[in-house]
Amino acid sequence: MMVTVSEVQTEADFEEVAPKKPWTQVAMDLSRKQPLGVFGLAIVLAMVVAAALANVVSPFNPLQEHFDAMLVPPGTDSYLLGTDEFGRDILSRLIYGSRTALLVGFVCAIVGSTAGLVLGVASAYFGGLFDLILQRVLDVFMAFPLIILALAVVATLGPGIENVMIAIILPFVPQCARVVRSNALAIREIPYVDAARALGFSNARIILRHMVPNVMAPYLIMLTTFLGQAILLEASLSFLGLGVQDPIPAWGLMLTNASEFFEGSPWVAIYPGVAISLSVFGFNLFGDAVRDTLDPKLRSR
Amino acid sequence: MSKYAGFAFALAAGVGLAVGAGGSAKAETPKKGGVLNFIVAAESPSYDGHKESTFAMVHPTRPFYSLLIRVNPENPSSPTDFQCDLCVGGVPKPTDGGKTYTFKIKKGVKFHDGQTMTSQDLLATYNKIIFPPAGVSSARKAFFKMVDTIEAPDDETLVFKLKFATGAFIPALATPFNYTYSAKDLKEHGYDWHEKNVNGTGAFKFKEAVAGSHVEAVKFDGFHMDGKPYLDGYKALISRKMAIRVQAIRGDRAAIEFRGFPPKQRDDLVKSLGKDITVQESDWNCVLLFTPNHGRPIMQDPRVRQALTLAVDRWGGSQHLSRIAIVKTVGGIAFPNHPLAANKAELVRLKGYGTDLKASREEAKKLLAEAGKAGIKFELLNRGTDQPYKIVGTWLIGQWRQIGAEVTQRVEPSKSFYNSLRKTKDFDVSMDFNCQSVINPIVDVSKYIGSAGNNYGNYAGQDQELEDIYNQLVQEGDEAKQREIMRVMEKRALSDQAHEGITLWWYKITPHRSYVKGWKIAPSHYLNQSLDQVWLDK
Repeated sequence: MMVTVSEVQTEADFEEVAPKKPWTQVAMDLSRKQPLGVFGLAIVLAMVVAAALANVVSPFNPLQEHFDAMLVPPGTDSYLLGTDEFGRDILSRLIYGSRTALLVGFVCAIVGSTAGLVLGVASAYFGGLFDLILQRVLDVFMAFPLIILALAVVATLGPGIENVMIAIILPFVPQCARVVRSNALAIREIPYVDAARALGFSNARIILRHMVPNVMAPYLIMLTTFLGQAILLEASLSFLGLGVQDPIPAWGLMLTNASEFFEGSPWVAIYPGVAISLSVFGFNLFGDAVRDTLDPKLRSR
Repeated sequence: MSKYAGFAFALAAGVGLAVGAGGSAKAETPKKGGVLNFIVAAESPSYDGHKESTFAMVHPTRPFYSLLIRVNPENPSSPTDFQCDLCVGGVPKPTDGGKTYTFKIKKGVKFHDGQTMTSQDLLATYNKIIFPPAGVSSARKAFFKMVDTIEAPDDETLVFKLKFATGAFIPALATPFNYTYSAKDLKEHGYDWHEKNVNGTGAFKFKEAVAGSHVEAVKFDGFHMDGKPYLDGYKALISRKMAIRVQAIRGDRAAIEFRGFPPKQRDDLVKSLGKDITVQESDWNCVLLFTPNHGRPIMQDPRVRQALTLAVDRWGGSQHLSRIAIVKTVGGIAFPNHPLAANKAELVRLKGYGTDLKASREEAKKLLAEAGKAGIKFELLNRGTDQPYKIVGTWLIGQWRQIGAEVTQRVEPSKSFYNSLRKTKDFDVSMDFNCQSVINPIVDVSKYIGSAGNNYGNYAGQDQELEDIYNQLVQEGDEAKQREIMRVMEKRALSDQAHEGITLWWYKITPHRSYVKGWKIAPSHYLNQSLDQVWLDK
């Protein structure tokens, strides 16, 4: 049916003109437009499924030692990826380790970017002295490289998963706040914000109802970027002995435990290394795709 | 001392195991010259032997100093074979019913700065070690509880008078930390001077030290042993990472790491270097313990502590862990195979040493249920050092899981680990160790009494019976009776009260370049490090 512009008068008409595509079609379109992003999403989904169904899909209890099968190579008996120095099944520990990675990744990314969102928008909206002081404080945090700041926090608070999460969240906050603030500054100048003020709306309402929804794009981009970074940081801290501790399965910890044995038994280092690389790669590809989709400047490229 | 002599022979024959081309028993003529590069896995906080307790201090600095007496470098496995270093002749026999030891001191011994060493220097040294002034740290003061007075009636005589006769005195004197300092240095520069400065009478002189990198030394031409040392010098290279240390030996940037390597690294080196590597192995006078904190309500009930020890499969652990860690031997409180140590028949009578593991663990579960602690949850404090702490700690958690205990691990770097253990006492159960130098079980087992300075179980004043047993042991002169008392003490400490839990005794594996000659492995990484007898067959 041919439709002319003059005939389109209501939203209902729009729906009629552009009927909803089936999800398979949407997926196909997305795969065509963002093939790497879809690949990244597939890795992320595989991780999520493995983490959620770890107790179903793991061939062994990840804590169970098999002293008669210490450091056996991949493919021996039922140990698809071999065993570690205590005879623990590496595949099972990788599957359960994805829980640790995702827990740290999602908690740190969500909390860090949300705190950054609140601070960034508030800083832009209030401006003045509040903005000045807050930005200088954020400058101090941003002056330190991510891993150095995280190391300093863990060294102060001590090792452990909760402290690792705090150590990772802390450097994320200023990064997100800075990006969100620059977007929020532009929104603050748009007349509808002035109009809202003129109507007597509270600051909280203006921030939450009128500004925050308009900075969701950079927020989501930062959030997805942080996911991969958080997983990598957790693995780095665990590798340095400052993160999760044995016997909890965690990829960075598996890698550090492997350091004594990898010469004779390389699989103890290879598989956790691959798991870390693949997951960070997946989250980064997914994050890039989200950015490309949400950022109008990049959408046309 | 006949049993001790037999033990010395057995140990020397059994533990000086050499694998590879360097294992030849043929006597060789030492060659002079060359610089020995060796690796040290840590850096010492200071150079003061009287204050420090770490191998990181001993390995780079022991060759700078002499001792009054030392363990025979040709027979370092023996607990009784001591020889004069700064004294003349053999180690003196006691007089006055075993309460007086008179040493004749060598003449003409020079310090590196040219001062002549006399008995006054030894007097000042031992006064610092045994009777340190207030505020001066002396790590081994407690070893000399039996010493009443020290006198130097002339420049060539040193007399120790004891409060009671004991066989623990001579081994304490041979402790490698008892560096001889100059009385003049102590008087003029103060008691802290040796923390950063060196002036000894040892075979090598200090050349330079670069923090985090190395300590370098050159031969001391005025050394008091004729013809020694053989080396022109040595360089102690500091490297914390095991992979780097192994690669240093593989690439011949270093010839030896005296503290040793785990079994996997030994196997890798032997595989890659063949006849160019020699491996010496020995039982190690070091035991890895777990210490329940009696200050925590959860660990106050002896039944809970007994359950923890009953859960541990020591015999199986010895078999499995010896493949991946520097532990091996099942033992009680005294160095295994020593005449005062428990044999297997005696060990299996202790809780947690039985060979029926299933029965032991059933008993453990029953004890926990009786104590109202079934499914107990607690935290294990551990030291951030892989070998053997983290490996054995992780293994222990697996053992305790078998009796329904849910245990998490808190790993801390050495400094904060010691802080938690000694000062804040912020732990439920902690990994702990008892590492000594000269094998001296009567002194070594003081670790298990609550009042000992190196006991971290927080049960000081709670077990007078154990303290009394130990006092009886220290003052007993008869070897057979000592052995009996040792068994009583062992049962009380490890089984009846389960104040401490022994995991396994350490096992020392030292692979080194085959051209390193004259060094024999000792049952301690602190011993036999004077290097005056070491030479390079290059």
